[in-house]
Amino acid sequence: MKALLALEDGTAFTGESIGASGTTSGEVVFNTSMTGYQEILSDPSYAGQIVAMTYPLIGNTGVNGEDLESGQAQPEGFIIKELSAVASNWRSSQSLGDWLAQCEVVGIQGIDTRQLTRILRLKGALKGMISTEVLDPRALAARAQASPSLVGQDMVRLVTCSQPKVLDPPAGVRERFRVAALDCGTKRNIFRMLTQMGCRVEVFPASTSAGEILKQDPDGLFLSNGPGDPEAVPYVVETVRDLIPKMPVFGICLGHQILGLALGGKTYKLKFGHHGGNHPVLDVAAGKVEITTQNHGFAVDVPSIPGDQVEQTHVNLYDKTVEGMRHKTLPVFSVQYHPEASPGPHDAHHLFRRFLEFMEKRPRKTDA
Amino acid sequence: MPKRKDIHKILIIGSGPIIIGQACEFDYSGTQACKALREEGYEVVLVNSNPATIMTDPEFAHRTYIEPITPDFVEAVIARERPQALLPTLGGQTGLNVAIQLADRGVLAKYNVEMIGADAQAIRRAEDRHLFKETMASIGLDLPRSEVACSLEDAKRIAQELGFPVVVRPAFTLGGTGGGIAYNLEELSEIAERGLGLSMVGEALIEESIYGWKEYELEVMRDRNDNVVIICSIENFDPMGIHTGDSITVAPAQTLTDREYQAMRDAAIRVIRAIGVETGGSNIQFAVNPETGRRVVIEMNPRVSRSSALASKATGFPIAKIAAKLAVGYTLDELPNDITRETPACFEPVLDYCVVKIPRWAFEKFPAADPTLTVQMKSVGEVMAIGRTFKEALQKAVRSLEIGRFGWGADGKDAVMTREQIVEKLRIPNSERLFALRAALVAGISAEEIQRLTKIDPWFLEQLQQILQVEQEIKSAPLSLSGVSADLLRRAKQNGFSDRQLAHLWSTTEANVRQLRKQAGIFPSYKLVDTCAAEFEAYTPYFYSTYDPEDESRPSKRRKIMILGGGPNRIGQGIEFDYCCVHAAFAFKEIGYDSIMVNSNPETVSTDYDTSDRLYFEPLTLEDVLNIVEREKPDGVIVQFGGQTPLNLALALKAAGVPIIGTLPEAIDRAEDRKKFAALLEKLNLRQPPNGTSTAVEEAVAIAQKLGYPVLLRPSYVLGGRAMEIVYDEHGLRDYMARAVAASPDKPILVDKFLEDAIEVDVDVISDGKTAVVGGILEHVEEAGVHSGDAAMVMPPHTLSSEVMDEIRRASHRLSAELGVVGLMNIQFAVKGKTVYVLEVNPRASRTVPFVSKMIGVPLAKLAAKVMVGQTLRELGFTQEIIPPYIAVKESVFPFARFFGVDIILGPEMKSTGEVMGIDSAFGPAFAKSQIGAYQQLPTQGTAFVSVKDKDKRLVAPVVRKLIQLGFSIVATPGTAEFLRREGLSVEEIHKIHEGRPHVLDLIRDDKIDLIINSPSGKVTKGDESLIRSLAVANGIPCITTMPGAQASVSGIEVLKRGNLSVLSLQEWHQKLRQSVKVT
Repeated sequence: MKALLALEDGTAFTGESIGASGTTSGEVVFNTSMTGYQEILSDPSYAGQIVAMTYPLIGNTGVNGEDLESGQAQPEGFIIKELSAVASNWRSSQSLGDWLAQCEVVGIQGIDTRQLTRILRLKGALKGMISTEVLDPRALAARAQASPSLVGQDMVRLVTCSQPKVLDPPAGVRERFRVAALDCGTKRNIFRMLTQMGCRVEVFPASTSAGEILKQDPDGLFLSNGPGDPEAVPYVVETVRDLIPKMPVFGICLGHQILGLALGGKTYKLKFGHHGGNHPVLDVAAGKVEITTQNHGFAVDVPSIPGDQVEQTHVNLYDKTVEGMRHKTLPVFSVQYHPEASPGPHDAHHLFRRFLEFMEKRPRKTDA
Repeated sequence: MPKRKDIHKILIIGSGPIIIGQACEFDYSGTQACKALREEGYEVVLVNSNPATIMTDPEFAHRTYIEPITPDFVEAVIARERPQALLPTLGGQTGLNVAIQLADRGVLAKYNVEMIGADAQAIRRAEDRHLFKETMASIGLDLPRSEVACSLEDAKRIAQELGFPVVVRPAFTLGGTGGGIAYNLEELSEIAERGLGLSMVGEALIEESIYGWKEYELEVMRDRNDNVVIICSIENFDPMGIHTGDSITVAPAQTLTDREYQAMRDAAIRVIRAIGVETGGSNIQFAVNPETGRRVVIEMNPRVSRSSALASKATGFPIAKIAAKLAVGYTLDELPNDITRETPACFEPVLDYCVVKIPRWAFEKFPAADPTLTVQMKSVGEVMAIGRTFKEALQKAVRSLEIGRFGWGADGKDAVMTREQIVEKLRIPNSERLFALRAALVAGISAEEIQRLTKIDPWFLEQLQQILQVEQEIKSAPLSLSGVSADLLRRAKQNGFSDRQLAHLWSTTEANVRQLRKQAGIFPSYKLVDTCAAEFEAYTPYFYSTYDPEDESRPSKRRKIMILGGGPNRIGQGIEFDYCCVHAAFAFKEIGYDSIMVNSNPETVSTDYDTSDRLYFEPLTLEDVLNIVEREKPDGVIVQFGGQTPLNLALALKAAGVPIIGTLPEAIDRAEDRKKFAALLEKLNLRQPPNGTSTAVEEAVAIAQKLGYPVLLRPSYVLGGRAMEIVYDEHGLRDYMARAVAASPDKPILVDKFLEDAIEVDVDVISDGKTAVVGGILEHVEEAGVHSGDAAMVMPPHTLSSEVMDEIRRASHRLSAELGVVGLMNIQFAVKGKTVYVLEVNPRASRTVPFVSKMIGVPLAKLAAKVMVGQTLRELGFTQEIIPPYIAVKESVFPFARFFGVDIILGPEMKSTGEVMGIDSAFGPAFAKSQIGAYQQLPTQGTAFVSVKDKDKRLVAPVVRKLIQLGFSIVATPGTAEFLRREGLSVEEIHKIHEGRPHVLDLIRDDKIDLIINSPSGKVTKGDESLIRSLAVANGIPCITTMPGAQASVSGIEVLKRGNLSVLSLQEWHQKLRQSVKVT
């Protein structure tokens, strides 16, 4: 079946439909990871976006039950050069095409994804639409232009959990800490890593108040990744602001941006964002570089945080943007990238240990 | 960390002659390293015996020693130069082995030389099977179960414990030499015995077979701040059991999930840290069980490798250059990525295309060799192709191979095979398996069955199936007057189909398809290789073609010349031609032209993105070249530097209106077409051996009778002496005609009178169209009849009279003027007595150009390039032949050790893979160096076995006399012994093989022979002799098969016996040259 991709600037690409038929809209972003399409497709941070993979051959290993980062497909649409007809991997249970259809993801293949990437690089992330129904390029581009922007939209409410839940360490792992996690669209591997390291994770919906969380008396607060504009979730920022002085805090991606806002700073939108698994990040203190997974369209303006409270701990060597910060007096830190990887390199796994160390050192009630 | 200030002078060891397993890739890496270190202000000292390399050009290092790469010679260089550091990781296995030997001998300690990049400990941990295993176990990585055997008994015991099949891997050998898979005790004995013998340390690993597992490689880089990045992942199309150098490989890895890929990445990082490669690149190989996902480490190369060259070209990341900078102390984050400029080299490249590498084999040169692919590498070269899909890249790679194919089948050249033949070709890996896969799919053999037979991953098989589907669609849409569906045509092109394939499928001409394609508006687009999948702007114009809409090539408006490269390395077409192409690019840079390079060989310097102004990594076919020409509209195209590959396109390109510069294609044709050539010589009053052209067997017999035997037979238009043979009688002639070629009016057979015992001479000439200058005259050591690519050569000639030399010069000038040569020309003469015959004229760059250039200190190829755009030799200051006051010998290197059972006798069919140069002030030492450089270690004492044909007996007597004077004892077969005794020489007689034991094979096996002089008895090569020579090669005993070779060897031995061969850098030789020129 024929499918059409149109961007708000009027560019259109004709291709072939993959996944579900229909019409979809979102902010078009490109991801440069060569592996991990399954994790990307199930990452809640992509809510509201259409993901274009720069690597042309996608779906080669199919889909399996273990590598999903959430219970469903998250992006609004999927753009690739070529979908594999077969799934070749011993863990594979389904072909990617079937899974996309099952998850009702409208996708398109057979287009010049490099051309698309170059457009996005030069013009920045653009709104776009994929359709198997509207095949007139001008009409679809007009609709793309009219579609809502991601800026200012609360996407978190769409992906946060509806009820609190508790995740215990797996059998054989001693419980060492109790972590409260504000779920803005958490990737499963974050919780997997925390629990494997001995954390009992209490997962709270993003709208949970500070008081609710304090009632549980956790050892630390974890701020998850998630989709969209951090300024669109002032309620989360408020909760975090109240909790900062009370316990160790670790934020990832959207959690990092929320922390920045909670500390009184500003965030801004990047031109085309960072989406990929090869970004070099310098750990300033250690003087060492980690190859990281990135997936964000917004960033923290660290100098805007008042009172010289924080120091920048990590810097992206590609464009010198802030990749991490730490509070100068409180056990509070965050990174813009994804130490949980999945997909991507494991170089930054150790950051979870840092969070545990902070919780270890935290003055306990019993100590007082 | 900034660069180190405590070292100033760094020694780099090259990889020596091109051999199987070590090709141009180490010129590429060494050249990058030399450039990188010079750029940083270090003084670079280089040792490399291979004169055909760019790295040994005098401007790449401060001191360039073209000397044998042995511990003795390198020690002499160290003693003379006193470098503070040695960078051992850029010269392949050869460089690494010599570095380790120097460390073991205490040379490095004695002269206080520090190994940078990887130290001796790290190299040992990676190379020594035992230590490697221990190290891997210590970091918890899984390995195939295995044990080290030090003896055959050991090997047998271990194999029985592990269960067959087992893999035998000798320690410290190159490219898996001597390894193999043994399915039973008998095979084990054979393989293990050979492997143990070839191992530098007499050890071999006997290992659980993981044949059929998925095979992967990761290219890893580390800096001294312990930052580690993966540059490229490579997946083998051919599963475990076939040497990676013989496997079709694909980048990036295709059939791993992120979880599996990242676990492999973690493992690779642990490996490089545990092995302790402090800085630089390493190649780590893994195998994955396709059913369970169990992953094992196979091996680690603690150095830049063939795969690193491939990874560099596949990603755009210059591994060798960065490795050199890391070795002197920089960290990855301090170095910029040249391609994006703004981002650092500390990152992991991402691809938005698929890369396919296919090996190029040369079994056609060695019909007696076993063509089965195993863990021992047999290919001589490779091609790489880039496409937006695997299918596109695969088809482009196939048509880059220079095997007369225009894609993956569907080009009218598919062999008809029975189902049994197909199954056999699938089951036993061989060089034609890719085409057997096609035959299997066409024959309806299921993908499951194919997978069972080949263990090739289903994803790859599905891709092949898809190509076939498109082919079906093309076939079922016959060409009509209204043309063809643009959609279908575009799809065909996106799936990699060449116009030639489409022409075949539609039963029309390539030109017609091209026309239709243009009418339909379907043109290739050129996309950038940029390391970052377009995330950042790229500044290096490195392109590949595809059929996606957007073109990024933006041709410049500057004056520009396009250089057509040589394609894959194969026998007869090697690094020498790449050397010339690179020089052309350098020349144009100097005089303000943009250079555009087109080539498909990932091993080369020419395909380095900073060699030319613009690089097109593309097949060298008419279609692909015309496409680039149409896009770039160059002011000129050079076809005479890339060897036969671009020459074959010359006439068609000219006909298509391409502005070919330099010697006209018609002149090239005039020299190659035998009839036109004969007329040319006649016109110039030059002599040619009597000859005739025949189109049928009886005609050939008649011609031969008229000329008198022996005669030299060959098809017209040959490369590297392909199918060329000397026959001694009618029987041989008929046999050749029946076997070698089907003669026909359009493919005639040339019959030449063979000049026995003539001396062959090679001359390289450069001309600007008005002035011609002889670059060099080289005298062959072996008599005429040995292919010029195989013969040892001496420059300047040492036995020719000045009259003969003058006649050669006169003839050269006349030929150059008559053909209107603009650029380079190579002429082969034969001198018999005082008569000079012209054997062959090639108005193009020749294999000897780099050697001659190094001898005379003048870059002939560079001058030739400048001449082609109108500069004169006078302007360039080269108007007089230079005769150096020193002597150099060019010796060839052969792959016989890889092809057990293949006779090593040299003939008109070229068989060598590479060359070395021995340079000194006299013939003896120069020859001795050339032999040592070619790993033909001449003995200085011991026993020589002599068995020569009757004709040679008179000539061998003085050689034997000399050997006895030098202290050798002589063993000879009865006929030779009797002759020598009559000459008053003391000789021990030994049985011929069929006369009973003990015979010579026993002596060889018992290590009682140190030198063999054995000339073939003419006519039919006797089985006995062939066996002797094969066994000699397998046991590393020098085996000399010609009398001139024997005479030269004795002078070499004499020199060695005196000892004290000294070393001198090329720059110092050239200093002597300038002084001598001033004096005269």
